[in-house]
Formats: sequence, C-alpha cells, structure tokens
Amino acid sequence: MHAFRSVFDGFETFLYVPNDTAKAGGVNIHDAIDSKRIMSMVVIALMPAMLFGMYNIGYQNYAAAGTLASASFCEIFFYGFLAVLPKILVSYIVGLGIEFAWAQWKGEEIQEGYLVSGIIIPLIIPIGCPLWMLALACAFSVIFCKEIFGGTGMNIFNPAIAARMFLFFAYPAKMTGDQVWVAQSSIFGLGNDLPDGFTAATPLGQIGQGITPDTSVLDMALGFIPGSIGETSVIAIAIGAVILLWTGIASWRTMLSVFVGGAALALLFQSTGSSMEWWHHFIMGGFAFGAVFMATDPVTSCRTTTGQYIYGFLIGAMAIIIRVMNAGYPEGMMLAIFFGNMFAPTIDHFVVARNISKRLKRGGTK
Amino acid sequence: MANVIKLRKGLDINLQGKAEEKKIQLKSNGQYALVPDDFEGVTPKVVVKEGDKVKAGDALFVNKQYPEVKFASPVSGTVSAVVRGERRKVLCVKVDADAQQEFKDFGKKDVSTLSGEQVVNALLEAGIFGYINQLPYAVSTNPGAQPKAIFVSALRDKPLAADFEYEVQGQEADFQTGLSALSKIAKTYLGVGVGSKLEGMKDAEVTVFDGKCPAGNVGVQVNHIDPVNKGEVVWTIGDPTVVLFIGRLFNTGKVDLKRTVALCGSEITSPAYVDMLVGEELSTLLSNSYDASKSVRIINGNVLTGKPTTKEGFLGAHTSEITVIPEGNDADEMLGWILPRFKQFSVNRSYFSWLCGKKQYALDARVKGGERHMIMSGEYDKVLPMDIYGEYLIKAIISGDIDRQEALGIYEVSPEDFALAEFVDSSKLELQRIVREGLNILRKENA
Repeated sequence: MHAFRSVFDGFETFLYVPNDTAKAGGVNIHDAIDSKRIMSMVVIALMPAMLFGMYNIGYQNYAAAGTLASASFCEIFFYGFLAVLPKILVSYIVGLGIEFAWAQWKGEEIQEGYLVSGIIIPLIIPIGCPLWMLALACAFSVIFCKEIFGGTGMNIFNPAIAARMFLFFAYPAKMTGDQVWVAQSSIFGLGNDLPDGFTAATPLGQIGQGITPDTSVLDMALGFIPGSIGETSVIAIAIGAVILLWTGIASWRTMLSVFVGGAALALLFQSTGSSMEWWHHFIMGGFAFGAVFMATDPVTSCRTTTGQYIYGFLIGAMAIIIRVMNAGYPEGMMLAIFFGNMFAPTIDHFVVARNISKRLKRGGTK
Repeated sequence: MANVIKLRKGLDINLQGKAEEKKIQLKSNGQYALVPDDFEGVTPKVVVKEGDKVKAGDALFVNKQYPEVKFASPVSGTVSAVVRGERRKVLCVKVDADAQQEFKDFGKKDVSTLSGEQVVNALLEAGIFGYINQLPYAVSTNPGAQPKAIFVSALRDKPLAADFEYEVQGQEADFQTGLSALSKIAKTYLGVGVGSKLEGMKDAEVTVFDGKCPAGNVGVQVNHIDPVNKGEVVWTIGDPTVVLFIGRLFNTGKVDLKRTVALCGSEITSPAYVDMLVGEELSTLLSNSYDASKSVRIINGNVLTGKPTTKEGFLGAHTSEITVIPEGNDADEMLGWILPRFKQFSVNRSYFSWLCGKKQYALDARVKGGERHMIMSGEYDKVLPMDIYGEYLIKAIISGDIDRQEALGIYEVSPEDFALAEFVDSSKLELQRIVREGLNILRKENA
C-alpha cells in the first residue's frame, strides 16, 4: 500500500473532502474552494464545446457522404461520440498515467492540472490525427512542458498549447491541410466510409489559400463547419465562457482584451482591404476557443490585473496578424498564445517594477 | 469632520454565533497566566520565582533584549509556576490570584503636563509598554527607536469580532487619556469605522475607514495614511483596548488589564460579552457554554488570526474574542469537487451557496483542499487593500530574496494582513506563517 501512496491519496481525496484541519499559526477557517473544484468547473465549462464537437464530427461525416437527411440525431451524435471518445481516453490515460507515476516518484500529492489539459488537447486537434501521435504529444507536453518545471502552477507554457505545437511541427500532414478535418470511416456500423482522397478544408484554410469559403455565417457561428473537434461552435464556447466568468475562475480582463486586441487588428486589416470582415475572425478557427479556455489559464498568463489587459491584447492582435500576414499558417491562435505565454512574465515584471519604483520614490532613509 | 478613506477590496465573512450585546457575569477561578508568546518578537526573561508574592502591576518577565520593557502581572497573588517547553522556552508564568486584590500604585498623573519621554517611562515602569507593537516586522516595540507616528485602530471588523464601540461605553475618558498620552510621544492617528462614536476624540487625527474587512487592520490603515519606508518605525495599536490600559494607568495609577471579550462562534449556545482580565483561565467561561461531546476548536482570538487553545488555556494579551467553531475532523464530506455544497461558503461562485444570499455560515476548521503551488492569480489582491503585490511578496519570501522583499514592501505588512488572503487561497498556502517567518528572518538580518 505504501508504494502507491500518492495514487491512493489521490483517489481518497477524489471521494472525500480531506478532514485535515487548519494548523496553528494560520487562519482557522478556509474558503471551500480548492484547485480540484476549480479544475472540475473548467472541465464542466468545456462540456458544451465537447458535446457539440462530437455532434459536429458526426454531422460532417454524414454531410460529406450526402446521407445527412436520412440520419437521425442520435446516429449522428453517437458516431461523433465514438470517433472522439478514443482521443479523450488516450489523452487522459497517457497524461494522467505520467502524472500519477511522477507524483509517486516524487512522493507528492497528485495535482489536478491535467484534468483540464487532458480534455482541451483532444478538442484542439483535427479528428484525423492518429491516436499514437496524440499519445506522443500528451507525453511530451506533460513531461517537457509541465513536470520538469515543477508541476502544475510552475509551467511557463500552457501544456495543451505545447501538445498542439508538438503535433503541428512534428506531424504537419496530420494537423493541417484538407484531409484531416472529417472522420473518414464508419465505426460499429455507424457513419459512412468516405472515398479515399476525400478532402474538406476549413473556412480559414480556404481563405489562407485565397478561396472565398462557401459556408454561411450562421453555420460558422453555430459550428457546422470542419475544424478541430471542440473549436467550431462559438455558441457552445460562449456557454463555457459564461460559466467561467460567472464563477470567477477565468479572468474577464484577459478574455475581453483578447477579443479587443483581435478586433483592433482585424479592423485595421479590413480597412486596408487585406482581410475579410473583422468579426468573421471570431467565428472561424480557434480564436474563440483559445481566448476563452487557453489564454485565460492563470498559470501561464499574466498574474497582475494590469498585465492581463496587455497580455490579452497581445494575443488577440498577434493571432490576427499571423492569420492575415502569413499564408503558411492559416490559424494564428496557437502561436499567439504561445508567444503570449512567453511574454507574460516580462509584462508582469514591468507592472510590478512600477510599484517598486513608486515605493523607492516615496523615500525613507536608506 | 474626520477624513474618510474608502476601501473597495476586502471580504466580510458572515459567520454564525455573533455575540449579543449583553454581559455574562463570571466568577474567576483565580488561575491566571501571562503568555510571552502573546507579545510577538519578545524573548522573555522571567524575573519572579515560584512562590513569590506579586501585586497587580509587578513585572513577571522582561524582554531579554530590552530589559526595561517589563510585563506586568494582571493580578496580585502567588507565582505558582513558570511553565517551560522544549529547549526551556517559557510558555507561561502562572499566578494564583489572592481573594483580595492589591494593586501596585504608580500614581495618578495629569497627562497634559507630561512629556513624551515621561509617558514612555511611565508605561515601561507599569509593565504595559510591551502591548504596543511596531512596523516594520509587526513585533512588540522597544523604547529605543523614536516612532514616526503612532497608529491606533478602533475598528474591529474580523469575523465575529468584539465590537470596540460596545466595550468602550462608559470608558471614553480613559480612552481619551490614553490617546492624549500617546500623542505626547508622536503624532497619533486613530482609525475608526463608519458611524463610530469615537470620531470626536481629541489629540489624534481621526480617519474613518469605510470598507470591508480588513479595513480595521492597523497595517492597512498605515498603508493608506502614511506608509512605512525602509528605516522608519511606526508604533501600531491594532488592539484598541491597549489604549484603555494606558488611560487607566494615568487616570487611576493602577495597572488594570480588564477587557471586554466576546464569547462567540457557531458552537456557543448563547454568544455574549464578558469582562475578563488578561491571562484569566478560560475553563470557567467555557464550562457549559457549548456541547462538550462534539469535536470543537476553541480559538484564542478571532477565526482569522487567533490561535487554537484548550479549555485550560488563558486569555491572550491581545485577545478580544474567544471563538468556538466545529473542528470538522469528523465531517467526512463526500465528492466535494462536484456537489453543489450549499452550506459551504466561498467567494468563488463555483459553489452554489451564492444562491442563498446573505446567510450566516457555520464554518469548521477544515482546510478543504490540498496544498498546491500558486495557480489562480489575483486571489490575494482582491482581499488585500494595500498598494502591494501580495503574490509577488509571498514568492519573494518563499525564495528568501531579501532585496526583493524590501522592494515589494515587506516593511509595511504584518501576518494578519494576509489572513483573508490565506482564507480565500485555493492553493491553501499558509500565508500568515510564511509572512511571519519572512519577517523574523529579516529582523535577524537587519539587527
């Protein structure tokens, strides 16, 4: 039993709120919030996007085969469910497996950070990404992006972003292009086998190639477009955003300023005629998903309130710049958040430095 | 009109068991003890032996570093024990009280004719000087350094705190004398709450603090009125009863350490006030006041900054409440990470108790989560109404970077300023302990 202490404790605290009481020398009462609850709430906020993503995967398959009219809602959803479930399972099993083993090795309590990363990672990859690649990406991100920095709370880069970056640069053929966005084969008799060489590009990808997308604005807002599993529906993401903001878990400052930054740059590009209508950027690709669920990760974003405005603006602006100026990367959100993570400590540094210099100016003897 | 400073940050925790404005009559069992640990930063040197006769006002121990700072016995009687713990640390000096109380006479004095030095000497002589604290380091002060100013907070706003406005009724003259005496030493500021009857006090600059807890923290008030810079010292009196002690000394010539204490908390059957002396044993007060079959936590002080004690404990020198709450070590609550948990208070709306409006909570002493690295950002800043980046200061303390601690304003804080941050912290770090240890190290380094 002793050998599996971390794992045992992990399951015990999962079942019961620990009965440990406050030590002398500190407060005698505590707020009921803990990181387990916070992570659980984020996972709940991700549910609408995940469920819609499952439905959309089914929808895209039936639509591509032209059998949409004859399929029931349940058939479509369950096809998508069966297509997405293995990805979620692989992500959790690989990621949590490493976390458990690591905690055991270090003799520490298991940290819950991966509960969120583990669901975000499958939602930001195309359905055509093979499971073994996903497993590799999860392992890479947990080990090299989180644990070697000291675990949840100490990492510099968002683990989900790291996993996606890993896939994007290691296996670009399975992460982008026009062959990965629609599930191509039937599962347990559900769905349709699509012909070899079937292609379907995302609207953002089409724009990148200079083609005007044929999807309606309504479809893009509702999410009936090809894309990464969880990112397509702005409505579902908005429900998640409301949960995160209402509970106070995500910073509204960050979230708002990502959109402000994005809008500012998109308007600029629109006025110079080099981009589409500014608000179309928000309903295409991963902009909304990134802004709501990934830019707001408190660990890798700015921690000062002033810094959060700058950080969010930077991400929104950078995402649009990459989308418009660099035809090689039709989606800019991933790189923008990655750069945002990189600059967050520097932004905070300057915000805190202002407080420090104010204190020095106030004087006092040295 | 007094100045008004509005504070937006902070948090009032609404707990069950607030003391009613009536007094319990209590007959003391004659057991008293003065606890050196109640005076932060004081290494005691005991100056009495077991069996010695003392009067109220005679010194029981002195500050080893500044032997002129004595600590007076609250009662007359016989020293019954000097209790020592590990490495012979003095835990308390016990006195068996006489039936007939005798007071050492220090002589009535007209404060208006005294100089600052004479006031300090009178306080030192009477053994109540050590009740005054100081910033930096948030420790019991010493007479060596001339303070830049003296700050008194008469606003007690921690959960279930004893209302000082109630305590001071009928003793306004003593309070005024105390303030006048302090004002001889240095410029004196008095911080009060909205609608306070003490707004009209003289010889002190009165400031009204309009805001949630911790607006009553003297450190917060200093930060807003005249922040402490490196190399400066201010004296702080966060426990306004100390001003009464000082006032009584000059008005009566006696050391009278009587204070009005709130007996409160969700476990107390009928919460009310009681007059007690500093160092009085709690057993008489606590017998029959709560259900003894339950697992409870008795707190010498309020729920945020008080220390857990037992029925056999003694009233702390700065304690204005005895709070009894459930310990909660038998709660066995299931699946806390997902159930709505209506009865659990949280600032965060991820619990559904926000639906219930402004109800009163009966919180227990559970930590309710495992300790983590800092994950959420801005949690501390929401309840720390000071111009300080709490999170960065805590990190600087944890990493032991003294230059950075100074730059971030460690001289302006005391552990109690971080009490609410510790309460709301989802990573469950022991912030008050971290700040206290940081201050202690810094004090040693700078000594």
